Amino acid sequence: MSLLEEPIRELSRRLRDREFSAVELTQEALARAEELDPALGAFLRVTPELALAAAAAADRRLREDPSSAPILCGIPVAYKDVICTKGVETTAGSQILHGFVPPYSATVVDRLSALGVVPLGKLNCDEFAMGSSNENSSYQLTRNPWDPERVAGGSSGGSAVAVAARLACATLGSDTGGSIRLPASFSGVVGAKPTYGRVSRYGLIAFASSLDQIGPLAKTVEDAALVLTAIAGQDPHDSTSVMAPIDGFLGELRNGVKGLRLGIPREYLEVGLDPGVREVFEQSVKTLEGLGAVTQEVSLPTTEYALAAYYVIAPAEVSSNLARMDGVRFGPGFPGATTLKDAYEQARHNGFGAEVRRRVILGTYALSSGYYDAYYLRAQKVRTLVAQDFDRAFAEVDAIISPTAPTAAFKVGERTADPLAMYATDILTLPANLAGISGVSVPAGFANGLPVGLQILGPYLGEATCFRVGQSLEGEAAVWNRLPPLAVAAK
Amino acid sequence: MSQLADSPWEAVIGLEVHAQLLTKSKMFCSCRADYLGLPPNSNTCPVCLGLPGALPVINEEGIRLTLRTALALNCEIPEFTKFDRKNYFYPDLPKGYQISQYDLPLSLNGWLEFELEGHVVRGGITRVHLEEDTGTLHHAGEIQNSAFSLVDLNRAGVPLMEIVGEPDLRSAAEARAYLAALRQLLIYIGVNDGNMDEGSLRCDANISLRPVGADALGVKVEIKNMNSFRSVLRALEYELGRQREVLDEGGKLSQETRGWSELEQRTVSQRSKEEAQEYRYFPEPDLPPLLISRAQVEEVRSGLPELPAARRERFQRHYGLADDQALLVTARPADSEYFEAVVALGVTPQLAANWQLGELQGLCNSASLPIEECRVSPAALADLLKMVQSQEVTGKVAKEVLATAFETGESAAEMVRSQGLGQVSDVEEISAMVDQALARNAKAAADYQAGNDRALQSLVGAVMGMSKGRAKAGIVQQLLRERLPRPGD
Repeated sequence: MSLLEEPIRELSRRLRDREFSAVELTQEALARAEELDPALGAFLRVTPELALAAAAAADRRLREDPSSAPILCGIPVAYKDVICTKGVETTAGSQILHGFVPPYSATVVDRLSALGVVPLGKLNCDEFAMGSSNENSSYQLTRNPWDPERVAGGSSGGSAVAVAARLACATLGSDTGGSIRLPASFSGVVGAKPTYGRVSRYGLIAFASSLDQIGPLAKTVEDAALVLTAIAGQDPHDSTSVMAPIDGFLGELRNGVKGLRLGIPREYLEVGLDPGVREVFEQSVKTLEGLGAVTQEVSLPTTEYALAAYYVIAPAEVSSNLARMDGVRFGPGFPGATTLKDAYEQARHNGFGAEVRRRVILGTYALSSGYYDAYYLRAQKVRTLVAQDFDRAFAEVDAIISPTAPTAAFKVGERTADPLAMYATDILTLPANLAGISGVSVPAGFANGLPVGLQILGPYLGEATCFRVGQSLEGEAAVWNRLPPLAVAAK
Repeated sequence: MSQLADSPWEAVIGLEVHAQLLTKSKMFCSCRADYLGLPPNSNTCPVCLGLPGALPVINEEGIRLTLRTALALNCEIPEFTKFDRKNYFYPDLPKGYQISQYDLPLSLNGWLEFELEGHVVRGGITRVHLEEDTGTLHHAGEIQNSAFSLVDLNRAGVPLMEIVGEPDLRSAAEARAYLAALRQLLIYIGVNDGNMDEGSLRCDANISLRPVGADALGVKVEIKNMNSFRSVLRALEYELGRQREVLDEGGKLSQETRGWSELEQRTVSQRSKEEAQEYRYFPEPDLPPLLISRAQVEEVRSGLPELPAARRERFQRHYGLADDQALLVTARPADSEYFEAVVALGVTPQLAANWQLGELQGLCNSASLPIEECRVSPAALADLLKMVQSQEVTGKVAKEVLATAFETGESAAEMVRSQGLGQVSDVEEISAMVDQALARNAKAAADYQAGNDRALQSLVGAVMGMSKGRAKAGIVQQLLRERLPRPGD
């Protein structure tokens, strides 16, 4: 059995007990990536020198003062390629950032580095995190480790697969409409989208600033809680980050669900759920009820408008956020352009893929004078209504549970021709982004051999409750430690 | 108004003034706001370079200085304000949008009073809002056919306040006077250095004509690229003449943006209404809205210094200065502080004003030095002027030693004492010089006694010459008259 199959707390104990070193653990992770990743495509780039140097430093720290070394010291992790890493190329999966080496690191990277984590490299994603399948990466396709003919889910597909295939102990992704929870569900790992403002966005290449959050993907709920505890908290570099207690993520983890009120949104079960997904969900409800949770139906009536509002607001912000990608300061630029207009057109035509261009155009349109009120302003009003739906529901229940997605992983190419079908993949996840609340996807079972996740939504700053429910289910479902076929190494 | 003399047209002018704020750091990052003279692109960071992933953080001092300006301009301060993104592509704008304020600015509905030809004029202020400056471009030759342009982002993100004036100004001269009063105010309250040459203060104008007495506005033309008071005056005068000519000939004006060409001394069309930019404003999602508490407003208000008009009025009333002297001595805060320091040390206000505005300002002008940076401190000037007041030194000698002190930084009063330049009022000493002068100038003495008054002055001059200007003129005259009695004396 590989060391990377162990939960973080166990690995940390063994590192402290000198059963093996962080360098040995890192070498095993690098060897697994070298052997397994060509078939998976999770990593855009692996950084062995940086990893081994960090591992050696972690070993010194563990040797010198094992009792005070942080729990994440020496633990191999990897970052979605929308997260800036100083000195390491960061492309956001886009050609327009090909060759961009940030001179600074995201706050989350700095925080984890300070704790002694080992950075293995950068993970594939849909271009600028726009997509639900990882098929929009301009570099490579990330395949689902349970079935290589199927997608990994997106946009943090590389982040989910690296954990699922045990190439890294935990990874960071970003979630704008479901981009952590969806691939977590498709790949059979835990993925947490924190409350908006929980985690600093400084250094996260923006997709939609008012919706983006960085969060962890990990094998277990506790691992995800450990990583979120490390990266959460107010950051002076991000004015939208909030100061709030974080001790409950781990402190309440094992409090169980006895007496906890769980809401099941009627509208979420009416979106054309795949029968296998419905079956896993119903089983999860029974499990949680068996553990003492009290379930009840709740209503989120604005759900049917959420998708439309999201696809106005997110593209509007995209059209502005991506304006800095003008070929002047980074990217391949505009060789041979003779006028300024040519230069912009060349840089952006060659640099952006079809889905990114589609959203830039949609957003530009929605913000244009004469259309602003009908689209952007109206979508913001819907957003308020969506948030009010959740406020009403959370007045009655402690958390809301649903499937993470209507289906399990779909086939590569199945939805690429139909953008609206692809957008609908996020129908159960994106309302949480509009409302800015917390949500976690936890492996709940299998449908036709493919993993299916349970989504647990908590109120604003309600991560602790999500983790608590997730931890209870994880203990009963007994699926977290099942290895996907493509995670089995020959060596 | 000469461009519109004998015409049925009235000028309607409103100014948009951009002023860089005197904060330590840029508006949304910690780079220096004072970027002048630094190597290109050295005063930058991920935030002001617009690197992917970087986020803005509001500089509170920028907010405070804008509130200060708004209150000095009698504006209302709403409790809720926010930043917006103004989207457009240009290489000096690294993010592809400027963080600005659109529908909910920091302040609105104020006014500025200024004087023109003895009348007080009130110009309305539509709004004062806050945004960030762009970088600068350096073209290889003329912009139209340059092979390349270099981008310098040292200036990108410097806090820039926009002061939008109502279309209340009725002539180019009024516009110039409004701008001068606004500039003076900004310097007084310490928010801007008033430097139009280096672009820390910039001015655009909206200008149109309408029939005298009409309420409706005519077709508006925006004038850009006016980099001095002189060019504001010239550009607006030119534009009024141009618009009048078009209208007098029965033509129609088109709404457009025109640039002032210093070289050709005319405005040139830059962009028509059809080509107008679509800025796609929307709320800046990276910055939460701001709530401006009433306590904060009152704190800023109570910190406001005396404003130029109030100070001018006080100087007239309290020090008894004439209008024009009060105007000059309060031109800049440093001028009035210098004056008050001299007066506080016991110099009469009139003498202090005369010497500061006359001798010392003259020396400063020829050395291109502001008064506060010259080597004669208020205390040093006061020492010297007190000797003038007590007639220990003549005005002539005082001017000479002041000029030396200005060059060398020595104490003028000390020079008078150590070099024996003090005024001579000893009658015996002067009497001896008078005797000598009469002996050498017998003809003048005779002329005077024959009735030529002017001859006495030349004799006085001779004595003064002998005393190197130190003899007290009254005693010299009295002694000469005693020696040269005339019939009828």
